[in-house]
Amino acid sequence: MVLVLALGDLHIPHRAPDLPAKFKSMLVPGKIQHVICTGNVSIKEVHDYLKTVCSDLHITRGEYDVDSRYPETKTLTIGQFKLGICHGHQVIPWGDLDSLAMLQRQLDVDILVTGHTHQFTAYKHEAGVVINPGSATGAFSSITYDVNPSFVLMDIDGLRVVVYVYELIDGEVKVDKIDFKKTTTS
Amino acid sequence: MIADGVEDEEKWLSAGIAGLQQNAFYMHRALDSNNLKDALKYSAQMLSELRTSRLSPHKYYELYMRAFDELRKLEIFFKEETSRGCSIVELYELVQHAGNILPRLYLLCTVGSVYIKSKEAPAKDVLKDLVEMCRGIEHPLRGLFLRSYLSQVSRDKLPDIGSEYEGDADTVMDAVEFVLQNFTEMNKLWVRMQHQGPTREKDKREKERSELRELVGKNLHVLSQIEGVDLEMYKEIVLPRLLEQIINCKDELAQYYLMDCIIQVFPDEYHLQTLETLLNACPQLQSSVDVKTVLSRLMERLSNYAATGGEVLTEFFQVEAFAKLNNAIGKVIEAQDSLPIAGVVTLYASLLTFTLQVHPDRLDYVDQILGACVLKLSEREKLDDNKATKQIVALLSAPLDKYKDIDTALKLSNYPRVMEFLNDGTNKEMANVIIQNIMKNKTRISTAEKVDALFELIKGLIRDLDEVHNDELDEDFQEEQNSVARLIQMLHSDDPEEMLKIINTVRKHILTGGAKRLPYTVPPLIFDSLKLVRRLEGQDESASGDEASTTPKKIFQIVAQTIEALTSIPAPELALALYLQCAEAANDSDLEPVAYEFFTQAYILYEEEITDSKAQVTSIHLIIGTLQRMHVFGVENRDALTHKATGYSAKLLKKPDQCRAVYACSHMFWLDEHDSIRDGERVLLCLKRAIRIGNAVQQMSNATKGNSGSVVLFIEILNKYLYFYEKGVAQITVESIQGLIELIRSEMQGDGSSSDPAADAFLASTLRYIQFQKDKGGAVGEKYKLIIV
Repeated sequence: MVLVLALGDLHIPHRAPDLPAKFKSMLVPGKIQHVICTGNVSIKEVHDYLKTVCSDLHITRGEYDVDSRYPETKTLTIGQFKLGICHGHQVIPWGDLDSLAMLQRQLDVDILVTGHTHQFTAYKHEAGVVINPGSATGAFSSITYDVNPSFVLMDIDGLRVVVYVYELIDGEVKVDKIDFKKTTTS
Repeated sequence: MIADGVEDEEKWLSAGIAGLQQNAFYMHRALDSNNLKDALKYSAQMLSELRTSRLSPHKYYELYMRAFDELRKLEIFFKEETSRGCSIVELYELVQHAGNILPRLYLLCTVGSVYIKSKEAPAKDVLKDLVEMCRGIEHPLRGLFLRSYLSQVSRDKLPDIGSEYEGDADTVMDAVEFVLQNFTEMNKLWVRMQHQGPTREKDKREKERSELRELVGKNLHVLSQIEGVDLEMYKEIVLPRLLEQIINCKDELAQYYLMDCIIQVFPDEYHLQTLETLLNACPQLQSSVDVKTVLSRLMERLSNYAATGGEVLTEFFQVEAFAKLNNAIGKVIEAQDSLPIAGVVTLYASLLTFTLQVHPDRLDYVDQILGACVLKLSEREKLDDNKATKQIVALLSAPLDKYKDIDTALKLSNYPRVMEFLNDGTNKEMANVIIQNIMKNKTRISTAEKVDALFELIKGLIRDLDEVHNDELDEDFQEEQNSVARLIQMLHSDDPEEMLKIINTVRKHILTGGAKRLPYTVPPLIFDSLKLVRRLEGQDESASGDEASTTPKKIFQIVAQTIEALTSIPAPELALALYLQCAEAANDSDLEPVAYEFFTQAYILYEEEITDSKAQVTSIHLIIGTLQRMHVFGVENRDALTHKATGYSAKLLKKPDQCRAVYACSHMFWLDEHDSIRDGERVLLCLKRAIRIGNAVQQMSNATKGNSGSVVLFIEILNKYLYFYEKGVAQITVESIQGLIELIRSEMQGDGSSSDPAADAFLASTLRYIQFQKDKGGAVGEKYKLIIV
């Protein structure tokens, strides 16, 4: 069982002062094996904070990120799964699932984690899954109205991944989960 | 030399103990055989060891304790003697025949103890006699221990109310009188020690005196435990006498210790009721006494007392505690003009803590204290004293911690004035403390007035205070500015009018920050404004139609002017991103001209300021992505903007970037949700152009390093063809798709080509996708069936 935290679009301090307290108390160091960040953190302090949650941090560049050394895309393998990360402002139309699926084909990954729209989505298609963890701080987005803070925790176990999405709605943390099974290793 | 001295002392102590023990042995023998005469003889000899002048207080104490133990046994013997018929009065007479005065007095006290217990005479008479007799010992150390002995044996025999030794009228007075007298004499002896011996040993003497202080202080404990000493007696007799002695002895060590002792030993209630008397003593103390600590401890005790709540608080009001303390502090500061500024501030800080505890609702008191501080600070020169600045920070942080709501601190008119006395570095530090307080307590600041006051307070962070321009953009600076940015997120009012005022106020302040601060402070303000616009979207336009109330248009004007400030820094990429955000917001508000204007500004920036190729790519993505979502533009405006965007795309430096940007442009011409924006021709044009650029890439790489680059591009373009084919764009034909697949295949199998696993995988997954779509059946399946892979 491998826990992977996926989050992004925090936009601290331009659009949000901090992560919600309820989220912070859940993100205890030592429990998570990998962190995937879609980008737009956007300052070093937040980067450092994420590193304390788990030192294996994979992050891609969002258009407001101060650190320009983050890559545009990144791929990594966790267990039986190949994961790809990309902030998503580069994939036009923004939030379009077919275009994102194309990126997924190009990176040749089972799970594509992307952001930019600040809207949680988990889209399954024949070649895999596209996950958008939304904005961890509920930051303002010109694309999405009424953003609730959200992040995703993936539990990778063999050929199965359970995607837990945590959303802060009216001060309460609500959890939902989605199951995905990979057919065979390819 | 000193080492020798210590060695010698050890020797003398051992000798003393040996002598004591030897005589004690004989004394015991006498006790066992009821031989009074011998008992007296050997006990006197034993006590002679205490006549030594050679021991330091510490060692003398050891000797004394052994003597004390032996005297207990002797006392028991005396008691038994009286029950065997010996007259206590006679005994009292007998012991005075001892040769030397010190042993004589110890024995007298011991017999006196039995005498009192026998009740053959009133306790007060015996005690009076004893306390007078002890005057016979003038030597400070010996006298102190002797009187301490007297105190110890008499403790449980005082003629207190309710005790078995209670006398007739005024009995408590007798007990008090006895203790007071003993105390007074002990203090005199103690003070006299200071002046014995050569001046170079002053420190040593002070240390020795310090070891003895509790002997003197014990008397105060005894006083506090006398039942009969009620508030009245304390107020009228006990306290005045104590203070008289303390002030008159003019000794720094004694004064400090005894003042503190009084404060710790007597009940808080008493202190409250005698506050004025107690406080009036303070300026009369020696100027070297650490009065501020004494006062601080007093105030601390009173604060804790107040915390017990209820009627206690009314007492505080009745005695006007605050006014008295405030006055006293003023007097002390005046009297001790050598008091360093740090001391002054510490005093006020203690008073502030007291006030926050006892009268938290009296903001006027708090403000008064700050005002008094300002006055005192202004009389001195500019602060360079580290300790003092630390104290001022503590002073200013106390209200923040207490009230947790910056609102309250903002109401204190003297608060910003105190801050004026901080140097720049500390000013920033304090500003940070204030911001941290707000962030921690999640305080929302909800009126423009408060925002104005707040930003004045933290002006150390907002702009350069002195003329020195520190151009270091180091980590500290960044952190500071980021915290200001976070602060801006906490400013919020539910009323749009007020919110706009807040935005304007913040704007006014941050624009004084200069070029290096604006990139940090402008973006949060812009987003606050956009959030406000979105809030107004929900509202009915007609309601705000008439006067100059808050409209999205107005907000956009302010926003536009604010972003303009960024261009002078320059920070073109940030400004471009912000302009595009605003364009989208204008789009959502159906303000076509405003949106067009924002795009224009963004384009100008792109053309004139953004030269870095990587930055250009990102900017193009933002431009195309935003433009693709715009629905507010009429045909002409839209055409103008898309034309430019496509032009920029084709002129990017690196050809692969060009290719990708150009095919991204194709999406601008086909929006599912808008029938009017479905231009298949233009879509095809973009895709074809992309293929041409791909060909150019192919030619370039054939000339240099093999055809790795271009194949991937073609596969990407193929995917786009499939995208639009699925959407039903008529101009995308099966043939063109077929042709593209051929092209890709031949590229990959071409001569001299090194295999590119990424390209292979991409093609494979694309073909899998096509197959999958075929298998779907239905309309989609039909379409895909035509494609032969």
